Order: sequence, then structure tokens, then C-alpha cells
Amino acid sequence: MTPATLAAEARKLRFRDPGKARDLTSRLESLCEEVGRERISVMHVCGSHEQSIAKYGLRTILPRRLDVIMGPGCPVCVTDMPEVDEAVLLALDGHLVATYGDMLKVPGTAMSLEEAQARGGAVEVVYSAAQAVELARREPREVVFFASGFETTAVATAAVALADPPANFSILSAHKYIPPVMEIVAEMPHTRVEGFLAAGHAATITGARLFERFVERHGIPVVVAGFEPLDVLAGLTRLVEIIRDGTPCVANMYPRCVTDEGNRNALDQLWRVFRTEGGQWRGIAHVPNGNLRLRDAFAHVDARRRFTIDLERFWQSSPPRLTQLCICGDIMAGLSAPTDCTLFGRECRPEAPVGACMVSSEGTCKIWHQYGGHPDL
Amino acid sequence: MSSVDVGDRAAAGTLGGEGRSPFRDAVVTLKHGAGGVAMRRLIETLFVPDMPDIGHHQIGLRQLDDGAALRVGCEWLVFTTDSHVVHPIFFPGGDIGRLAVTGTVNDLAVMGATVPLALALGVVVEEGFPMVDLARIQDSIRAACLESGAPVVTGDTKVMGRGEMDGIVLSTTGVALTRTVVTDAGLREGDRIVVSGTIGDHGIALMALRHGLDLGGGLRSDVAPINGLLHRALSVAPGAVHAMKDPTRGGLSGALHEMAAKSGVEILIDEPEVPVSEPVRSAAEILGLDPFHIANEGKVVIGVAADAVTEVLDALRGHPLGAAAAAIGICRSGTPGRVVLDTGLGRRLLPEIEGEPLPRIC
Repeated sequence: MTPATLAAEARKLRFRDPGKARDLTSRLESLCEEVGRERISVMHVCGSHEQSIAKYGLRTILPRRLDVIMGPGCPVCVTDMPEVDEAVLLALDGHLVATYGDMLKVPGTAMSLEEAQARGGAVEVVYSAAQAVELARREPREVVFFASGFETTAVATAAVALADPPANFSILSAHKYIPPVMEIVAEMPHTRVEGFLAAGHAATITGARLFERFVERHGIPVVVAGFEPLDVLAGLTRLVEIIRDGTPCVANMYPRCVTDEGNRNALDQLWRVFRTEGGQWRGIAHVPNGNLRLRDAFAHVDARRRFTIDLERFWQSSPPRLTQLCICGDIMAGLSAPTDCTLFGRECRPEAPVGACMVSSEGTCKIWHQYGGHPDL
Repeated sequence: MSSVDVGDRAAAGTLGGEGRSPFRDAVVTLKHGAGGVAMRRLIETLFVPDMPDIGHHQIGLRQLDDGAALRVGCEWLVFTTDSHVVHPIFFPGGDIGRLAVTGTVNDLAVMGATVPLALALGVVVEEGFPMVDLARIQDSIRAACLESGAPVVTGDTKVMGRGEMDGIVLSTTGVALTRTVVTDAGLREGDRIVVSGTIGDHGIALMALRHGLDLGGGLRSDVAPINGLLHRALSVAPGAVHAMKDPTRGGLSGALHEMAAKSGVEILIDEPEVPVSEPVRSAAEILGLDPFHIANEGKVVIGVAADAVTEVLDALRGHPLGAAAAAIGICRSGTPGRVVLDTGLGRRLLPEIEGEPLPRIC
């Protein structure tokens, strides 16, 4: 089957059926009533979930008392400024930086990659790690793949690192690992989160069982959900059902893709290439084990070890003053909404972002700015 | 490197001290040419201010319409210009030559000037450009001129040194006379929004080609002169067509936003009614793009009085280029300038593109 017929088949399965959506929302409504509390707050940790919720306008049909918060689920948004600076410096030094489109506009200390490009730095947008390798095969220059994304995307990066890339190819890893940041959010003193919706694609790799220890430790249920609008609604329905029953557990509502064990082969590749390391997630906190960095055996493809990246060159620069007013961190922690930010829609807009959440198509602020976070439409 | 500002923040005047040029340190980026918010802001802050006044009751630069309309006796002279840089030069469904003629003819047509008088053609070409390609482009220019009834009557040729530009740039200017001008600012409360066919075909065909995405054919640019189609639509319901715009760069969404903002109405779009071909829908999903943001080169968005919508739709559907025409929305009071999308599941705002359409990453 061609991708076109596959996509047509998927549509026929009707994961976007308005009638079924109505059934699920009325079930969700009555479950929320049974819980009885004024507000029920749940968090998802995936930009694709927010995309689906926003793109199909689901917030206008969700029960008013159900608060679906987007957590730190956008890899671009949590890429820290010094990580962007590293890529900018490599581009300005004449290396070709290949990266995903969303990374171009993320503000660094002095400039974004897009601005580095306008000032003569070499930056190329790629759609996959494999495409970055192809680029290196054609290019005489050093090609640095500035790799962002969670464990799902990291597997693709691991695969190219294992497949003997050309000598002029290297990786600048900004990959992040989601499970540790869920711990951080669950431990936050003012957290309102009563349940997590986990990302179906990441769970395809890691398996649903990964979350069992989290549930035991924190007593907060986790439901693995897919990304079609009905997947999201079904996931939320199951999550509120578990909250009502008061027996926290892991539920897999995406069994057509996710198993308990995950993808052994992919996990094996991931952990052969990467190890976890503590690091700052932009606006959130220092997350122990939150960063994925290349292991010593892959030093030959590690841009941080192959090049001298002198971050001191930006010592004279400081981020724009407005950055200090940005509350992206609180938004990603579920403590505030974009509309609570004084910059939102004024100084901070998609074409002139202050915080990274306004940059990425998976960032909460960008999504709210584009699709409207309010239900009164 | 003591003062490095972001282009737009600097241009918006939120950074930088008193008395400094707002453009100091800023540079042009690709988003300034993408047909979205950034481009409009650039035009409004840099190109529009301080132009000599052309007086009231005429349409000039300040209106940012598809072209200008100047009074000449009891008629309007509609006047527009367009530069074309497309990569690749030849693509399924057309090439840069067809695009150059069509783009200008359509800009005239959506202002109500459906009988073009003449075109001027500027050709800037790089040293080393294959003569056979140039001849092929000229053939296609000629064919599009015949199809639209718009002859090229004057022109200019420049050759740049190798490496000083990328291939070829075509620039066309068109003039036409009309008794009635249709702007993009005339929508009224209660008007229906009609689109003349499937959206996204041109941009998706090009992007799929650039990214080597093979969906087993079916992706073709819609580039075509629509002056004949619009001539029909305008003649069946005189006065009932209140506004028109061709949804090129910025796509259907860009056109709707501009029309809503300039007309002071809110538009509600019924997404399931918006025609999108199956190959375009699939390719857009794979590339992470929204057909609403993708350029069209043979389509029009029409705002029409509710009681004339059937006649206009029938007229459009009776023409080969309007077979898939559909009524997709309605104008209401609401928040002026806002475009709301009913997805069939729920409602949300329809976003406007703010830069080059870049696919998502995960």
C-alpha cells in the first residue's frame, strides 16, 4: 500500500467520528459529575496530544470542570538556551547544522539558529536523522545533526549512530527523557495534577509497564493514549474513571500500537547509544536523568567531543530583558495558563517569540495563540 | 556583538533605545516573504509609509489589496505586479512561465477585472541557464497568454553572472479596465464564503517534489488563469459578490484572515465542507502541514450575499475550473478579524501562518 492509501484507510476507521466523540464526551461529563469535585486536573506530557486537542477543537466539548493541562511535553520548548547556543556557535564557525524545522526559531542567548543563518551560518532543515546523514554524504563540510526530541525521536538518532555514518557526521544531542520529568511534576509542592495521559508513541518504544513504578510511588494514575481525537477522548474518559474509582493504576488505551514491554529492539538501540544525565530543562528545573547524552563508545559522533564549542563567546550577550517575564516554566508545570502571562499575544507572538513555548508547533503558548485556548467559540 | 536583536522585536520597537532606527541590526529572513503576518508587518512598516497620496476613493498600496485600482474616466484601471521565484522551475501541472502569467491575470481578476488588457514581462536569468529550458518556459508563457486572453506587450531581459542568482526570476505586470471593482474588504454580516475548488494543490505538489515524497501520482499544481471562471460568477449575480481574493501564499487561511480583518467581520468556517483532494490530504498529513496554509494558484475565495449563493455556486460548477466549488462558511458579527473553524468535533480558531511552512518534528 502507498502512504496515500494507508492514510485513506486510517480515515475510514473513523477515529474522527463526531457521533462517537459525542458519546465519549457525555460519558466523560457524567464521570466528572460522579467525582463530584469542582475541578479535576489532569496533565498530558506530549505536544502531539495538545495538537490533537487544539486542532480538533476538543476543549470546546470537554466538561468545564475538567482541566486538561499540557505539561513539559514539547521537546523544542524544554531545549535549554546553552544547547541552542552550542548549535548557533557551530553554525557560525562554518559547520553545517542540520536540524528539525521547529528548532530554527528557538531563542538562544544571543540569537536563534534562524538568525545565525541570516548572518551567514549554515543551517539546513531536515525531517529525519537519516536525512541528516544523507546530507553529510553529499557535503564536503562537517555536518552536525542538532538532535532534539524525546525517547521516540532519540531512537531514530541512535539508529543512525549505529549504522556507520560518514566521518564528517556528528550529533549534538538535545534529546530528553520524559519519565524523570513526570517525577518532578508529581513532586512539585503546588501540583494540582491528579492523573497523567502518557504519549502513545513514546510508550510504543518504552512499553506501558514502564509507568507502574511511577504509579506505585506517587499514587497518580497513568493512561497511555493515542493521538486521533477519539483516542484522546477515550484516554481522558478512562483516566477520569480511574480517578473516580480511587485505585491508581496504569491503563493502556492504545493497545493497537503499545505493548506492556515496548519495542525491545528499539530500546536496545536507544540504551546502547545514549545514557541519561541530569540537566536543565528550559524554564522547568534541573531534571535528574532528564537529558540523553551519547555514551563514550560514540565519542566519534559526539559533536561536543569533536569540536571546541566556546560558549564564553556569548558572555557579553544576555537574553532579551523580556525573557525574565516569560512564565513558560510555570505553564509547563501546569501552574499557570498562557493567558496568565503578561507577554502572551502582545510582546510574545509566533513571529516574534520570547519563550520557546511560542516557537514550537507543539508549544502550549503557540498552540493557544493559534487555536485559542478558550472554549467560547 | 554587543547588540544583537531579533528582527521582528526590533522592528516592532520593543527593543532598542529612543531615536534608533527600528530596523537597526535586524536582517531580512525568509518569513518576511512567506505571505503571513511577518510579511504584512514589513510592508506596513517599511513600504507603505510616506508614499505620495493618491486621494480617496481609489485603491492603492495602503489598502494592501491584490492590486491597485485607479479611476480613469468612468472606468477603473486595475494594475498589479508580481515576481515569481519557484523551485523547482518545472513541476507537475505547470512551470514558472505559466505561474507568472496566471499569477498576474488572477490578481486582476479577483479585483473584478476579468478581461485583461495586457501584460509586461521582466526576465532575469542566470548565466549558464539552459536555452532549451528558457524556450520551454516561453512556450508555456505563450500558452497561458492565449488561455487567459492576456498578451505580453512589453518586456525586459537581464542576465546575471553565474552564482549571483538562482536560475530564473520572472516578473509580470498586468493592466485591465473594469466598470466594477471588487475588493477584499467588502464582506458583510450574513455573507456566505465560497471557495472555487480544492485547496492546497499547488503548494503540496511542490513540497512533495522537493522532499522526494512519492504518493503514486495524483499531486498536481492547480496553476490556471481563473479570469474566465470569475467572469461567469460575476455575471450571474451582479452586485451580489461583495469580496474576492485569490488564496496564494498564506493559503486559504491567509486570505480569510485578511478579508475578515479588512471587512470588520468574523468568519465561521465549516471544515468538513472545505474541498481537499485525497492525495493532498494524505501528503499534508505526512509532511505535517495544514492544507489551509498551503498556496493555491488557480482558486478564489468569494464573499457572496446569502440569497445569491446558489446562482454563484452553479455558475462556478458549470466551468471546468470550478467543478468542486463549495460554500464553506458564513460571515457573522463576533470578533472582527477572527476566523473560527468548526472541525465537526469542536471549534477552534483558524491560525494564520507566520513563516515558511515547516513540518513538525515528532
